[in-house]
Formats: sequence, C-alpha cells, structure tokens
Amino acid sequence: MSLTDQSHSTDQTAVNGDRVVLVAEKITKRYPGTVALDQVDFTVYAGSVNVLIGENGAGKSTLMKILAGVERATSGRLLLDGTPVEFRSTREAAQAGIGIIFQELNLYPNLSISENIFVARELTRGGVVQHRAQEHVTSELLNRLEQPLNPATLVRELRMGQQQIVEIAKALSQNVRILIMDEPTSALTAAETEALFRIIADLRAHGVAIIYISHKLEELLTIGDYVTVLRDGKLAAASLAQAINIAWIIEKMVGRNVNAPRHRTQPKATTADRPVLEVRNLSLPRAGGGFTLENVSLTLRRGEILAIFGLMGAGRTELFECLMGQHPEASGEIRLDDRKLRNETIRGRIDLGMMLVPEDRQRLGLIQKLSVAQNITLASLRRFVTSFWLSERLELREINAMIRNLSIKTQNPQQPITSLSGGNQQKVVIAKSLLTEPQVLMLDEPTRGIDVGAKAEIFEIMNQLAEKGFAILFVSSELPEMFTIPDRVIVLSKGRVTGEFLHDQLSEEALVRAAGARPQTEDPVPTQPST
Amino acid sequence: MPTTLTSPAGSALRKPSGLSLGVLLFRLRALIALFVLLGIFSVLSPAFFTQQNLIILVGQTAINAIMAVGMTFVILTGGIDLSVGSTVGLAAMISGLLIDRGLPIPPLGVAIYFNIPMIIVLCLCLGLLVGAVNGLLITRFNVAPFIATLGTLYIARGTAQLSNNGATFPNLVGKPDLGNTGFPILGSGNILGIPIVIWIMFVFAAVAAFVAGKTPFGRQVYAVGGNERAAELSGIYVNRIKMSVYMICGLCASMTGLITASQLVAAHPAVGESYELNAIAAVVLGGTSLSGGRGAMWGTIVGALVIGVLTNGLVLLGVQEFWKKVITGLVIILAVVLDQLQERLQQRLALNRS
Repeated sequence: MSLTDQSHSTDQTAVNGDRVVLVAEKITKRYPGTVALDQVDFTVYAGSVNVLIGENGAGKSTLMKILAGVERATSGRLLLDGTPVEFRSTREAAQAGIGIIFQELNLYPNLSISENIFVARELTRGGVVQHRAQEHVTSELLNRLEQPLNPATLVRELRMGQQQIVEIAKALSQNVRILIMDEPTSALTAAETEALFRIIADLRAHGVAIIYISHKLEELLTIGDYVTVLRDGKLAAASLAQAINIAWIIEKMVGRNVNAPRHRTQPKATTADRPVLEVRNLSLPRAGGGFTLENVSLTLRRGEILAIFGLMGAGRTELFECLMGQHPEASGEIRLDDRKLRNETIRGRIDLGMMLVPEDRQRLGLIQKLSVAQNITLASLRRFVTSFWLSERLELREINAMIRNLSIKTQNPQQPITSLSGGNQQKVVIAKSLLTEPQVLMLDEPTRGIDVGAKAEIFEIMNQLAEKGFAILFVSSELPEMFTIPDRVIVLSKGRVTGEFLHDQLSEEALVRAAGARPQTEDPVPTQPST
Repeated sequence: MPTTLTSPAGSALRKPSGLSLGVLLFRLRALIALFVLLGIFSVLSPAFFTQQNLIILVGQTAINAIMAVGMTFVILTGGIDLSVGSTVGLAAMISGLLIDRGLPIPPLGVAIYFNIPMIIVLCLCLGLLVGAVNGLLITRFNVAPFIATLGTLYIARGTAQLSNNGATFPNLVGKPDLGNTGFPILGSGNILGIPIVIWIMFVFAAVAAFVAGKTPFGRQVYAVGGNERAAELSGIYVNRIKMSVYMICGLCASMTGLITASQLVAAHPAVGESYELNAIAAVVLGGTSLSGGRGAMWGTIVGALVIGVLTNGLVLLGVQEFWKKVITGLVIILAVVLDQLQERLQQRLALNRS
C-alpha cells in the first residue's frame, strides 16, 4: 500500500492510528546549478520511526536541514500540528521541538558532556553558570539512555558511539518531539547500534517522532514504521514499513534502470602483463594503537578497472592517501611501473603518473573561486607555459577538448565552477586529473552526490579511459556499483583485504560478507581510537 | 582592463559571460570612485587638477602602491603581512647605516663602504630576508600569519631602532671619496620629466600584474588562496607559494623604505610606522578578498590611488587632519560592504540562471 496520496493531507490522524505531527508540503530547494529538492511531500508521524531513504544526492540531507531550520526552502511550506511554521534558525526549530543529530556530530570536544548539552542555553543564576545543576540534569538524561557517563567528562575522551549518545541527550534535554537522525549508525559498532535501537524504541514509546536516515536497508526495515523514498530530489514513494521489502526499496531508490553502465566484455589486461601499480604490505598505523590499513597488497594492470569496496572506516580513503604520499608514517612498498616510490611529494607522484580524484569535491577537489577553465588546468600548468608565461591559446585548446570529450555542461569555460551541477563539477575534477596524463587514475567515490544520469556518464568515461590503457582504481561504498564496470573487486574491512573477486565471480552476498557489513565477531577494535 | 578589478587572472580565461551592465559597473566601483573623487576635487579646488599637483599625488601614492603590490600577493593566498611598515623602517635605517658608517667589521676595526647600487641590492635582500622569516614561521612552524608578522613587526622595528640607538641618520648625501653619492636621486630624480618613484611604481605594478595574471606562479597563488587543500592535491607546493609571497612582500616593503629614506635624504627609525595599514587598505579598496583567491593587481593600484587622491584632495581643501582619518575609514568600510554586496548579487544571479 502506498501513502503517497495521504501525504498531501493535513489530517491529524492517519493509517495505523498514528498522529501526524509534521507535514512538509511541496518543498523545493534550489542551489546554484542544481535543484536539490523538487516539490517533495513528507509526512512525519508521532510515536513512530519515519525512515527517509534515497541514494546519495537524492536530497535527504537537504530536506532534513530544512526541517531543522538550517536551510530554508525556496518554495513550499511546513505544517507543524496543522499550523504553518517557518524556521529561520536551528534555535527556532528547537523551540518548536525539532532536534537534529547530524552525520558529522556537532559537539565541542574541548567541553564537558554537560557543557555540550547546555551550550548556548546554560542554566544560570544571576548570570553565573550552575554547573552542578547542569551536571545533575545530564546525569539523569544519561541514565535514561543507559550510558552512565560522568557528566564532567570531556567529549574528546568519548568514543564515537558515546558522542552520539551525548547528541541524543542534548536533543532530549530540549524536549524534542521530533528527532532527526542522519545516518546515526554509520560509525557505530554492533553493540552500540543495538543500544541505539533500544533508545529509539524507548523514545518512540514516549511519543517522540523519529526521522531516521540511513543507507543500511536491513536496518531500516528492522526499526522503521513508515518509509519515504527520495530519488533525484523528488518523492519516489512512501509506504508503511510492514508492507514492503528490500527489493521494493531498491526499485524505488534506483528507479527504472537508467542506462546501466556497460561492462567492457573483454578487458585487454591479462595476467601476463606486468602490473603498472603494485602495492605490497602497505600498513598505516593509527594514532592510539592499531592500524587503519594493515598489510594491504594489490596489483593493477594497464586497461584494468579495479574497484575497492568497503564500508565507512574500512580504510578506503586512507589507502588512496597513502598512494598519493600523504602519510609518510605508512610502511610497505608501492611500485609504479616497477619503480619503487619513496618519499615523492604529491607533485612528484603526479609527475610519475598517479592522480587522485578525491572524494570530497568541495573541500579537496575544486577551487571554488576559480573558473571552470582554471580548475581544469590547475594540476598541469607547466604544460601551458611558453617562455615563462601561460599560453592562453594552449590552455583553451586543451580545456575545450576536455569539455567536449567529457561533455561537461557549461555555458563557457569562464563560468564560475560553482555554477555547475555536482555531476559536471565532478567531470571538471576528472578533466583536471586527465590533463596530468596519469598512468594510474584513482577515483574516490566518484559518483557521490551526483544524479543518476551523470553517474552513468562518469562510468562510461571510466570505461573509455580503461580502453585507452589507463589503469583505474576506484573506491565505492555502494554495492550496486561493484557489478557495473569493475574488472576486479577488492574488499577492505577494517584496514585489511578480506576478499578479491573477478567480475564473473561477484555475488552480493560474498561482497557483503567480506566487507563485514555487520561484524559479528568479538573484534575489540573500536571504530575510533579511544584516547 | 575593465574586469580585472575583482576577478582572477588570465584575460580570456577571465571574462564572465552574460553579465549585466549593473554587475559590470559594480565590479568597476573602485575605478568609478577614483574618477568621481577626481571630478569632485577638480571642481572644489583649482590647485588640484594641475600637472604639478598630480605628479605630487602620484608620487605620494607610489610609496603606498609599491607596498600594496606585495601585500596583494600575500592577501591573495589568504594571508596578511603586518610587518611591512617595520620593514620599510628597517630598510631605510640600514641604507642610512651603510651610507653613513658602512658595514662595520668589529674585529678588524674597519668598515666596508658600498656604492649606491650595491646598497640598494643589500637592502632589498634584507626585505627578502624578513619575508623569508615570515614565510618560515607560517609554513614550517604553523604560526598564524597575523601573529607571525605581528612578531616580526616588533622585531624589525626594534632592529631599526637598534641600528643607530634610536637616532636618525640625518644626511644620506654620501661622500665622493667613498664613492657612495647619488642616493637622493632614487627619491627625487626624474626620467623624461616623471619622477623615478613613479617609474618604479609602474615597473612593480606591471611585473606584479603579469606574474599574477599570466604565470603559473600567479595561478597557483590564486589557487592556494581559494582552497589550500585542493591546491595541494593538485600538486601545488603550497608552502613554497606562501614562502614566495611573503618574500615578495618583504621585497616591496624594503623598496618603499629605500625610496622614503632617499626622499627625506635621512633615515628615521620610526619611518613607515602604520604603513602596513595603508597598504592593506589599498588592497581591500581594490577589491581583493581578505579571505584570499579573488582580486587583482590593477585593483590594488586603483585602491592606492583612491587613498592618495582622498588624502591629497582633502589637504588642498583644508580639511582638518582628524576628519581626513574619519573619511578614509568610512571609505574603506564602504568598500568592503560593497564587496559583500557584490558577492551576494553574483550568487543570486548564479541561482537565477540555474
């Protein structure tokens, strides 16, 4: 059964007898270059877990930011208990009883638990903070959450899961009626996740409406009551959790199979070729003991696409960072074209033929203040020097060729890079990397935050590059991507290689098992160094 | 060069498309302000728009403009250099010392006297050295630019005072038998009827504009200021770039010090005090963003001219010194407010286009 029809109504009661507390009506949010949300309806029921799901870039986080007063909708309205409301800040949303726990926690590590909970609304008497009273309230909250921590403990001393509990306590202390949780379990251990679920059940019993965002599908069906699926900024479907299954969710999330990327049938690379990249026993020690990467070995041949699959914290990004020479403390051997890499700088490695397309486009990939053109040539400026200045003619020739070859949609190369959509920005970063003429191109989550169409295009670009003889290494946490273009998949889990599969040996089950999606072992390695 | 005022380097790579006239005028505001001021003062004071006064005006501006050129590089990377005023004083005092006393070698009880070109080169190297110290503190020791250069502000000023126990070198004419005459020419000489100072400003500005706009180094300066981590991952040696901009800034400041000492034919240890603020003001007025990554050299020259015209014109009008300061302050604030407005305006345009 579908609730899509009812979600427009402002009825105070709905299916299952749950009361509607919050309705988002026809919410649209536009950013320069993209429409993040397009006329999305979303209904939140009291005393329920309202699951919101969708691919990266589907608009989940944007919608939550609007509900929590972080961002304001371009159009559309919010109805709280049937009355239209508008939040200009998180403070206003909090006063209305809406709390949010961001994926990246917003705590002050240098302050104590109780100070964090009461930050900006300290209990005071005559202008003096009443630490004792704050700590008392904090203690009660923590006990209720089954985490009897000392309220005076500094947050930096807490494990990730405990920090999450502090965030929840903070929300509870503000008498939330609606609590938004954005991927709360992504950094938690199995035990911590179970504890969190108990807390959620308790909150639900007390009538709190939970909005729960996650990528872990099984988890959603375990704890969800209502499921809303977003796709490409639009409402794809809404339903009772009981009425659906994982297949349904995936179908709604992905939609009709849009131009499934082709798999190159006959990869030219054979085992006889000498590998262009060889990594042997790469280890990266972690501050506070243990390893972020432990004895990782892999080889990569020309014309091959090798995917690295793993969950958050598996060490995927760190592997790339090591390959680019950003971790001098790493041990092991990296050979490029049979030449052992030593302490080459990033520039040195780029010159040798390695290039990284980083995961975080905004922070690591782009110079926002420069134009599309200037971003494209940034890593290969030396190519365009005649005498000792930059030749505009040479630059423009290469830039235009890149824009054509990668079909980057821009009015002209002089546009500010920020005016492009996420997918086109990503293509600009890839163009920048290609101009360095790499032998090994590393892409970290290349399809993150871009729409389905652009995803297919990026995959096709990778296919073509491989056919031209580039060696391609790409990292992804999205299971379906493993079945698309890679010739081979290596699975990382907690810094170790736990599986390697050729394309025709791939099975979803094997990948998930190797990735240790839910580590059942009594593995004591914490997800964060406990200092 | 209309669009150079606020947008980054490279002329054909720079022209934004589909800009309305309003935005264009907005971008040219420093230049427009300059012409408006020129108009106002010409009308109000008959002595203003005369060849003689304009040469004085540009000469006065040149001192600030040369410093501001160096400062622009630093600010483009997102840094700041507070030590330039002190470097001006230090370079002036050391030039005085070298002319008056030579380079004393205590164990031998003798002093080496250099000729003027040599002295100029030595003082410029001193400026590079101060810049290198700043750069080293900022890159190797991770000191915030504000603090690092605040420290060198005091150190350089103190060293300038120590060089002659706080006293002035009163006469820098030099002695023919030592072969070090001719220093005053730098500050008061003319070539083709135009003061050498103005020529120096032109050369510095032109070279700087070329370097910022046309060379890989310039592009990398913008990139570092725009997003340091992304620049690093693109293979840019961020620390080298930062080191270089502080050295350029020190070089420009020491040039200013030499000019000032030469104009006065004397070196006073307090010369150049608070000059750093004038230089920063010129850069900001010229549309360079204090957060880095956006701005241009020509803007800085226009900014320095605006300050110069304002100062000169208000003096001619007999406006009290104190009011002059108030007005200058207001103009600087107005410039930054307009800058913020432009940013918001462009964002809105970008949004509407999508």
